[in-house]
Amino acid sequence: MKRPRGRRETQSLVLAAVVVFLLVLLGVLTRGRLLAPDSLQSIAFQLPLLGILTLAQMTPMLTGGIDLSIIATANLCGVVAAIAMTRGNVPPLGAMVFGLAMALSFGVFKGLLIAWVSVPAIIATLGFMIFIRGVSLVLTKGYVIAGFPGSFLFLGNGTLFGIPMPFVVFFLCAVFLFVLLARTRFGTYVYLLGSNPVATLFAGVNNGLVLFVTYLLSSFLAGVAGLVMIARFNAAQADYGEYYLLLTVLACVLGGVDPAGGFGRIPGVVVSVAVLQVVATGFNLLGLSSHLASALWGLILLGVIAINRMIGGVET
Amino acid sequence: MLGRVARSTEVYLVGVLLVLSVVLFLLNPKFATLENIFDVLRNNSFLGIVALGELVVLISGGIDVSFTAIATVAQYVMGVLITRYAVESVFLAFLIPIPIGIALGAFNAFLVNRTRVHPVIITISNLNVFYGLLMVISKGKWIYGFPAPFRDFARLKVLTLVSEKGVDYGLSIFTVVWFLIAVVTWLILQYLPIGRKVYALGGNSEAARRAGFDIFRIQLFVYCYIGFLSGLAGFVHAELNQMIQPNAIVGRELDVLAAAILGGASVFGGAGSPLGVVLGVLFIAFVKNGLILMKASAYWHQVIMGFIIVLAATLSAYQQNLERKRRKGV
Repeated sequence: MKRPRGRRETQSLVLAAVVVFLLVLLGVLTRGRLLAPDSLQSIAFQLPLLGILTLAQMTPMLTGGIDLSIIATANLCGVVAAIAMTRGNVPPLGAMVFGLAMALSFGVFKGLLIAWVSVPAIIATLGFMIFIRGVSLVLTKGYVIAGFPGSFLFLGNGTLFGIPMPFVVFFLCAVFLFVLLARTRFGTYVYLLGSNPVATLFAGVNNGLVLFVTYLLSSFLAGVAGLVMIARFNAAQADYGEYYLLLTVLACVLGGVDPAGGFGRIPGVVVSVAVLQVVATGFNLLGLSSHLASALWGLILLGVIAINRMIGGVET
Repeated sequence: MLGRVARSTEVYLVGVLLVLSVVLFLLNPKFATLENIFDVLRNNSFLGIVALGELVVLISGGIDVSFTAIATVAQYVMGVLITRYAVESVFLAFLIPIPIGIALGAFNAFLVNRTRVHPVIITISNLNVFYGLLMVISKGKWIYGFPAPFRDFARLKVLTLVSEKGVDYGLSIFTVVWFLIAVVTWLILQYLPIGRKVYALGGNSEAARRAGFDIFRIQLFVYCYIGFLSGLAGFVHAELNQMIQPNAIVGRELDVLAAAILGGASVFGGAGSPLGVVLGVLFIAFVKNGLILMKASAYWHQVIMGFIIVLAATLSAYQQNLERKRRKGV
């Protein structure tokens, strides 16, 4: 137990060093514009979307699984809420409940299949990704649904004591997940199940139930991300933000989540999301291509892995 | 035992394909015309070729999601070279993307072996790196207007027939390439020592290591093989479309994975066969084609495809559970 934790800590240190280096480098290159209040404000508006989606990806990865259907779930939740508001004249709060209920109901099926029929998570969620996106397409017929009430748009564009609302939502989600993973029995089971499912089974843990709740949780967080997303864009569509999918996996691993399961903590993941967003915003300020940023994301991940190998040495 | 499960998956798929074909034929007799079938086979040759590469990686217990970027980089370099230097020889054009694919595959293999990080993470990173750099360098420009021989090659048919309306149709050269690759892949996996080692590594990597196999060599073979097929498929894709768009292929990683898995490949390694994967691709292709012929609204395609994948995965998991229980009972 001790050795792996030591290694994770060096990984966090390496990552923190990378963040500081990037901040200074991009800060100098943009002549300080990166750290100007309005840049920070724009980061605080953009970061939460990737952040909440990454949190949705994190719990399945801690159990050694993966959830490829989070973006599709986010869009479905957004589309259902959007339809409820625009066509059904449902008040925003009710529409949000509708959307989340829809996201959760697909989460139930997904969880059942993974937890009790033991369908490999990568295949089950791949199928659900295509299926759920299809349902959104059928609902929207491929069109964009736009024009929501002002009280709903506050969720995406308003500020609370000067802090952007999306950031508040992200913060609440991160704290919720942190408490759940680090302070509850469920959280302990998630980590243990990810390390050694046979051991937890023999220790009397209901593995199926833990997995089921994990995928419900991921659907719920994806739904929340979907609501923030449509409030931010003032529009809902079946296939928004699909490039976020692989990015969430990348953000988790960069933040120290072991794709084989069992390791990874919230603070690391939050820092890694910040790195990715700072790179994106910095490149944007410098007028560089977003594709260069995505190439750099890949290189950063490979770099952190390589450095860890060099420091970690003998392990595995 | 593994052989039996794999074989039963294929028998299963053949049955499902036959039933599906009959249903589609009854709904729309146009489905069963040779013209339509040949057309479907031609249009799916790109998917079919890369799915065979993914199969080999999956059997070894790995996974590659960067092949779309590899195919794109390979075909883009080819496109730039043949249009700039007006390369008249199709054979020469064909030789360009292949070494690029193999080299990028070798890079994947090197990282997977040295870092010991799960291949899905390595190949996601490389997908970003390869594709991102290509987009930066190419600025996303499309390439078209290939030399005439390159255009004529796309119309090459192995078997030419004339339809009632007097239009030529036939078995495309690319379909033949696809099936040829399937046979070659089968021969490698079944009869060459490296093929048996791929199964061994995927079945039990620790056992393979203790048996003294050079794991890096097997991984190098596997990732170079999908790299090679990606390069080849990049060529086929450029021929089929007579145009190279840097963003045309990237994003289809999961389609290919779905086809391989429907065909009986296991994400845990050690299982799967080329025949199964060809059938998996055909199944997806027939369903899509049938939906188009039935004029089903395009929005329903994904609902149905997703449902089929979930159903197939559930049935196969259920079957495995039964198998496991039976073995325990003995």
